[in-house]
Amino acid sequence: MSTATTHDTHHAEHQSGLLRWVFTTNHKDIGTLYLLFSLLMFFVGGAMAMVIRAELFQPGMQVVDPMFFNQMTTMHALIMIFGAVMPAFVGLANWLIPMMIGAPDMALPRMNNWSFWILPFAFAMLLSTLFMAGGAPAGGWTMYPPLVLQTGDAFPFLIFSVHLMGISSIMGAINVVVTIVNMRAPGMTLMKMPLFVWTWLITAYLLIAVMPVLAGAVTMLLTDKFFDTSFFNAAGGGDPVMFQHIFWFFGHPEVYILILPAFGIVSQIIPTFARKPLFGYSSMVYATASIAFLSFIVWAHHMFTVGMPLTGELFFMYATMLIAVPTGVKVFNWVSTMWRGSMTFETPMLFALGFVVMFTIGGFSGLMLAIAPVDFQYHDTYFVVAHFHYVLVTGAIFAIMAAAYYWLPKWTGHMYNETLGKWHFWLSTLFVNVLFFPQHFLGLAGMPRRIPDYSVQFAEFNMISSLGGFAYGLTQLLFVYIVFQTIRGGAKATDQVWEGAKGLEWTLPSPPPYHSFETAPQIK
Amino acid sequence: MSATHGGYYVPHGSHWPILGSIGLTTLLVGFASLLNGASGATMLMGIGVLITLVMLFGWFGTVVNESLKGMYNDQVDRSFRWGMSWFIFSEVMFFAAFFGALFYARIYSVPWLAGEDVSTNQHLWPNFDADSAAWPTNGPAALGGEFSVLDPWKLPALNTLLLLSSGVTITLAHWALKKGNRGALVGWMVATVALGLTFLGFQVYEYIEAYGEHHNLTLGSGIYGSTFFMLTGFHGFHVTLGAIMLAVITIRCAKGHFSHDNHFAFEAVAWYWHFVDVVWLGLFIFVYLV
Repeated sequence: MSTATTHDTHHAEHQSGLLRWVFTTNHKDIGTLYLLFSLLMFFVGGAMAMVIRAELFQPGMQVVDPMFFNQMTTMHALIMIFGAVMPAFVGLANWLIPMMIGAPDMALPRMNNWSFWILPFAFAMLLSTLFMAGGAPAGGWTMYPPLVLQTGDAFPFLIFSVHLMGISSIMGAINVVVTIVNMRAPGMTLMKMPLFVWTWLITAYLLIAVMPVLAGAVTMLLTDKFFDTSFFNAAGGGDPVMFQHIFWFFGHPEVYILILPAFGIVSQIIPTFARKPLFGYSSMVYATASIAFLSFIVWAHHMFTVGMPLTGELFFMYATMLIAVPTGVKVFNWVSTMWRGSMTFETPMLFALGFVVMFTIGGFSGLMLAIAPVDFQYHDTYFVVAHFHYVLVTGAIFAIMAAAYYWLPKWTGHMYNETLGKWHFWLSTLFVNVLFFPQHFLGLAGMPRRIPDYSVQFAEFNMISSLGGFAYGLTQLLFVYIVFQTIRGGAKATDQVWEGAKGLEWTLPSPPPYHSFETAPQIK
Repeated sequence: MSATHGGYYVPHGSHWPILGSIGLTTLLVGFASLLNGASGATMLMGIGVLITLVMLFGWFGTVVNESLKGMYNDQVDRSFRWGMSWFIFSEVMFFAAFFGALFYARIYSVPWLAGEDVSTNQHLWPNFDADSAAWPTNGPAALGGEFSVLDPWKLPALNTLLLLSSGVTITLAHWALKKGNRGALVGWMVATVALGLTFLGFQVYEYIEAYGEHHNLTLGSGIYGSTFFMLTGFHGFHVTLGAIMLAVITIRCAKGHFSHDNHFAFEAVAWYWHFVDVVWLGLFIFVYLV
């Protein structure tokens, strides 16, 4: 690969002060905004998780009233999904995609600014509902009618904040697709693109396809509540289950939106620290595309117990189990990449390895949940909670942490504190398992999710889980310390940063110039 | 401030997006407050609409000016084309949600409510049988009272004709643009806008008709009223947007903003118009006819 052309410094002029960040159209500035916003939301949503675990520390009601508990579970999910994980991935896409494909910036820079700057407003709206009459939404993030229609003044604010998040995601996704299809440097053919770019291309496609469906679904909720329609009201010929179908038509691709970029990150990191090229690059691309395709035809596995024709149960069961095939291909490829590699275990690699192991645990419990007759037992229990937290925390969040450590030296020009990074990894890994592993047992024993009180036989595992939760939460403060320490200073990072790192972004200086590639590099 | 990078125009700093966020949020907070019955909400909504309009004029104005100054090369043009295509795809999926609701209700949930394949209806709605569940239906509780549907072969058929013709006139306008015949271009554009506005007028008339005593078809007429007004309503809203965009483009045509080989804005609006057209065909078949 060729090196970057020298940077024209007079182009780097930008506004100073706070307004720079408000008006910026630069992909790196916007990436930073996304990542910091995501970090903030991670702690807001995390604080809510702490409230949940505090209440569940012991059986009986101690800390909050049940209504507030329900608000916490609902808001925790909405904030973590739409405020923490998705913006973190979009932030990474903004920072990395132009650098990885040899482009000067994202294709549509003004729209890029808008995609970000809608989010603080959307979440201000959502969080403001905590102070409204009737409290914040408490019917679960899935917003099932008729329950959600009982929400107080918060209801229209919930709907409109979801609309705003949708607008933001769609614009962000369009920008990613257009950047990838139109801004690649000469010679950067599709099958030469780094896997992070590939996974984001497919993620963006999923976003454009399903966010409008969510918008439609919540719009029908709004009209059912305020404009007399009966989409989800059986008395008028509608059906509450219909909402679940439409919601999960969005919701299942959404969970792949939350994990495909993580696959991309891990596929970048493992080859670097195994010092071998990624095993089975093209099969990785095809597996990602297959997962995306399958994500559209498995949605009703979230609703096995709701009442569906047997053919439906069977179809969605088998289609879901089919996803294990491309996912298995990926895990196989990551392991094969490491096979006989000269591995070293810096913090990004540790998080990536943690991802491979623990995401796979989440994948296996997913496979268990996919079996319809078995799901009748597991449905809406803590087994489901354990499953999706393994996929989303030790999956998505661990991959985001890995990415942060991996690219932080490139972004800031400084090396982070490796010792502290390792501490962060090991403490996180230890406590996240203390937090979530016992929840499998709780679920199998029949503890229902989203209930603030429980039967005494669940007491020990809940206490263990809560202790793990508090410790995991505290450990993340270490991450904030490490990040800000790295931003402020530290050992100078080289351009390549990691001995085994390959790709265009490592040919740029650390930190990279304000506009990555003024002139497109030639890819051989 | 601006700079080009290898010919690709990258704007530096823009205050339009943040204004758009403020406008949209004000509008939606106003709307939400209105729905909650708060006072002063309409005022807030109005302010939000105003801010959003200022943003739209300013943002598009900036882009038009940059385009006229020749700051956009072919690659920028391709970005716009891809962007518009994917935006239209997202709109397709938005309508898919409502079509999905219509199909699900007609194929599954209404027959189930009437006892097909499931026995729950004996306990819930024993009097709701296959006859009373025949489409169009307002459900077992007959919400909204007795109603009748509109005759598809009157106004809706005429509207189909109008929209299809507008698809022809905008193509004729495009041909005129490619030949550099500005008179014909503006003429066909005016015809397209006129057809669009006539369509909208007929839709309004039809809504008044539907809500009248004779039909008594309202948003509250059970699942039929819900799907009918949601689908035609959102379509009408999109036609309104399309007509406004067409009007703007007509003015730009008259001002000579477009050349035979550089007229992306024209094409984007034409694509959008065709999309609205195709959605209507789906509506005419699945909402009115079948």
